[in-house]
Amino acid sequence: MNTTKRIVTEAQQNFTFTRRALVLGGAQVAIGAVLAGRMAYISIAQNERYSLLAESNRVNLTLMPPRRGWIVDRSGKPLALNRTAFRIDIIPDRIRDKPRVLGELQKLLALPDDEIQRISTEISKNAGYQPVQVAQNLSWDQFATVSIRAPELPGVAPGQSFNRYYPTGAAVGHLLGYVGAASAKDYEKTKDPLLILPGFKIGKDGLEKVMEPKLRGEPGAKRTEVTARGKLVRDLATRADVPGKTIRLTVDAGLQEYAARRLGNESGSVVVIDCLTGGILTMASMPSYDPNSFSDGIGNNEWKMLQADDHIPMLNKSLQGLYPPGSTVKPMAALAVLRAGVDPEETVFCGGGYRLGNRTFKCLGRHGSVNMTTAIMKSCNTYFYAMANRLGYDSIAPVAKMTGLGQEFDLPVASQRYGTVPDSAWKMRKYNKEWSRSDSLNATIGQGYIIVSPLQLAVMSARIASGRNLQPSLIIGQQPRAAALPFPAEHLAVVHQGMNLVVNGGGTGARSRLPLDGVAMAGKTGTAQVRKIAGSQRGQSGEWKYRDHGLFVCFAPVEAPRYAAAVVIEHGLGGARAAAPVARDVLTYLYDQQKAMATLEALESGWGGTIKQRMDRKSLVWAQANGLAPPPPPPVEDVSANAAQAQTPAPAPVNAAKAQPAPEPAANLTAPVPTVTAANATGATE
Amino acid sequence: MSSNSLIPAPIAQLPWRFLSILTLIGGFGAVILYSAAGGSASPWAGSHVLRFTVFLGMAIFLSRFSERFWKDVAFPVYGVILILLVGVELIGGISGGSQRWLDLGFIRLQPSELMKCAIILALARFYDLLPAGEIRRWNAIWPAAMMIGIPALLVIIQPDLGTGIMIASGGMTIMFLAGLPLRLFLIGGGLVAAALPIVYSQLHDYQQKRVLIFLDPESDPLGAGYHITQSKIAIGSGGIFGKGFLNGTQSHLDYLPEGHTDFIFATMAEEWGLLGGLIIIAAFVLLARWGMNVSERATTRFGRLTAAGLTMTIFFYVTINLLMVMGLAPVVGIPLPLVSHGGTAMMTVMICAGILMSIDRSSKMARGLR
Repeated sequence: MNTTKRIVTEAQQNFTFTRRALVLGGAQVAIGAVLAGRMAYISIAQNERYSLLAESNRVNLTLMPPRRGWIVDRSGKPLALNRTAFRIDIIPDRIRDKPRVLGELQKLLALPDDEIQRISTEISKNAGYQPVQVAQNLSWDQFATVSIRAPELPGVAPGQSFNRYYPTGAAVGHLLGYVGAASAKDYEKTKDPLLILPGFKIGKDGLEKVMEPKLRGEPGAKRTEVTARGKLVRDLATRADVPGKTIRLTVDAGLQEYAARRLGNESGSVVVIDCLTGGILTMASMPSYDPNSFSDGIGNNEWKMLQADDHIPMLNKSLQGLYPPGSTVKPMAALAVLRAGVDPEETVFCGGGYRLGNRTFKCLGRHGSVNMTTAIMKSCNTYFYAMANRLGYDSIAPVAKMTGLGQEFDLPVASQRYGTVPDSAWKMRKYNKEWSRSDSLNATIGQGYIIVSPLQLAVMSARIASGRNLQPSLIIGQQPRAAALPFPAEHLAVVHQGMNLVVNGGGTGARSRLPLDGVAMAGKTGTAQVRKIAGSQRGQSGEWKYRDHGLFVCFAPVEAPRYAAAVVIEHGLGGARAAAPVARDVLTYLYDQQKAMATLEALESGWGGTIKQRMDRKSLVWAQANGLAPPPPPPVEDVSANAAQAQTPAPAPVNAAKAQPAPEPAANLTAPVPTVTAANATGATE
Repeated sequence: MSSNSLIPAPIAQLPWRFLSILTLIGGFGAVILYSAAGGSASPWAGSHVLRFTVFLGMAIFLSRFSERFWKDVAFPVYGVILILLVGVELIGGISGGSQRWLDLGFIRLQPSELMKCAIILALARFYDLLPAGEIRRWNAIWPAAMMIGIPALLVIIQPDLGTGIMIASGGMTIMFLAGLPLRLFLIGGGLVAAALPIVYSQLHDYQQKRVLIFLDPESDPLGAGYHITQSKIAIGSGGIFGKGFLNGTQSHLDYLPEGHTDFIFATMAEEWGLLGGLIIIAAFVLLARWGMNVSERATTRFGRLTAAGLTMTIFFYVTINLLMVMGLAPVVGIPLPLVSHGGTAMMTVMICAGILMSIDRSSKMARGLR
């Protein structure tokens, strides 16, 4: 054997043992110390973190969506409110004998087989306290039937939630916007868990979107202690939701609806402004969409139909439609002419046109010798051509801007377009070309480069009427009294007189005189060409989209202007013919509702019913034309069920803790509600 | 030592310090199990106390045997248990599943548990027989390696990695103490460390994932990392003084899995905090110290090796369990002896304790005779 190997004796072995046992003993103490240190690290240094985790394990937070703030008109009448929606859920944790319960529900609610299949899968998937939706937007009868049987159907939880409801439907579509489920992008931005709560809606357009922070409110929270398997141990505390704030608009609900209805089948816009405050009384744009459809989640068909319509129902024409204003800007031009020191009595001879160089700019008639008021009354182009050629448009454009054209206003709207008020600097900037005399002539009669929105036209007429620098507003509040514009009263009087003559002196709007005693309206018609005049056609016939726009601006009463309005009828052929009568009826409504309604009802019976009836018919026709199944008839709503008030306490959203339903859920619903709720619920009020 | 006191000599001579530590640990276990059951003696605390009493009695009974007896039965016991292990393997193979126990009617016997004690006895006996001059020879290595390797492999393929590692560790402790050349252990350790990456690369994807999850349990908090994550939450949220008796939420609301068996330390830590944890760790360190002292005092080579080996076996139990519970080791099903609910581990530890006390008694008597 290997002789170099050490021969170990017993004594050496004992020594080795003792030494190595000592090492092991030391290792034991060391390991003990490591374990103690590790534990101290977890329980002291990381105590806060793990306490938090333990707490979030233990406590389940159920968010209760806040009730959305109402939107009401200037007198407090609701334009957007919350309607109770009845729903049935199942708490998987509490269900016993699933097939029987589902069978009963299928019988009671007439659910299709694939729905039952979905519910069944979801029950097995999120076993625990997470409710599974069985059905929503139930009728009161269906809800009551299930509620009564609920005690014998363990796990079934009837509940209520809120749906946004717009009593006047499409009439407020563009003004208020609509609500819908938050998109993934919305959630990414804030990570607010409320946004992904099933059924929670946020404002997607219009006021609903812009005023979202005020309307939303604070969610309530229900804290419950749950086991790892999701079993409920006990309720800890419940924080009530803070409902969103009510927003009071300057809008007059009745007028808004009237204006929307009065637009009939036309594509256009009506804006009415309070000449004292600048408050917008009406901002209607038709055709529109029914925001209620969006609130329930819009169907694919309805969306396609809206997209396919050449009247562009998705566009808010009051703010985003831009039109050449035509002759409606002549009163404004007259102010500019006066400002430049021209005597209003100075006359210009109109022989049917104005010759500039080798080109003749046409007038609509041969007006003979006209002064300023006559020129406005007759809408004489020649007078304004002459003045524009003398002064140049650069002296008119500042007045146009002063009266609100080309301006953007501080309004809570999703978007507004401000159009163009051209001048020489603008043209140089945009086209790198010199401003020409013919540009001045065109711009003065509201053609050429100038484009404006209906809201701007309404602001213009309100500023001319009041002589004040009125700022349009939508939210009611203390508006500082608007400062006076730098127009002397004599100048304004001349322009007012011209506009008065348009309607009451045999001018272009003579047929639209107010049918009232003691209240007269002053106005100005406008007819705007959509494209260059081709031959003799003149935009008065032919394809709809090439026809002239009809415009009208006005204010009333003439002596002490209180209301100013602008009406734009797209491709309406002429201002006097299409726009002025609408303005007349809308202003009439402000003074004599009965008379105005009588006019409207006569018109509507000719058109084929109310907005809703016409829209329903249209979608049916559209669906058939496109080979789609007709949309299912709307669920029959019990009018008494529409009465959920923002002021009544919110029933907790379905939760295991309250799975036993109140046997009589009607208790919460009997609060009477302002007249509006009943209207339009069945679409058969008219 | 005079025996004029009122207490009879056999009782007075019992190692009371050792027994009190055992009882302290077992009693604390009962208290924790009482809480784990939501403040009830059933189903765990009651049976734990009963079992503890019975096994403690058994340990004292075993302590009455002489060291000589253990020396004589060491090989036969090892042989019988090895046969039982093979038997379990065969039954498992026939019934088509893995099985760890033999049903003897009144008790389910886990041969792998008994092997933890038997391997110590057998190896101690082997090195006791081996002449001192042979210790650095090949003859000192291969029989021991076989004796360790065969049962350890049998257990690992059961599969019960934790127990297999414990058997191997116990055996190697004896080899280390017996005086095998140190470089053997250094080289062996180095080889294992070098092989780890190679082994890792040979693992299946899911096995690699498990290793990764052990290294970072939060990466999969609901899946395989769930146990460790929840255990750390329980310990961490307990803080220094704990949430108070019966106030643990992790255990009572079932977030902590195995809260009354493998993860009982986390259950305890949530309610008793760092303080409770230090008490348990200190108690086990003291237990081990007593065992190492027995080994040091032992008069024979067999006694020394056995005492130290058994002590290390108990200590391995505790160490592996606590490392796992605190997230420093992967989840292998090793309970905390004397504290966790369950009879197997307690029985093993009590057998170790009984033999330890027996050696203690024998060496005291030997010194007394001298």
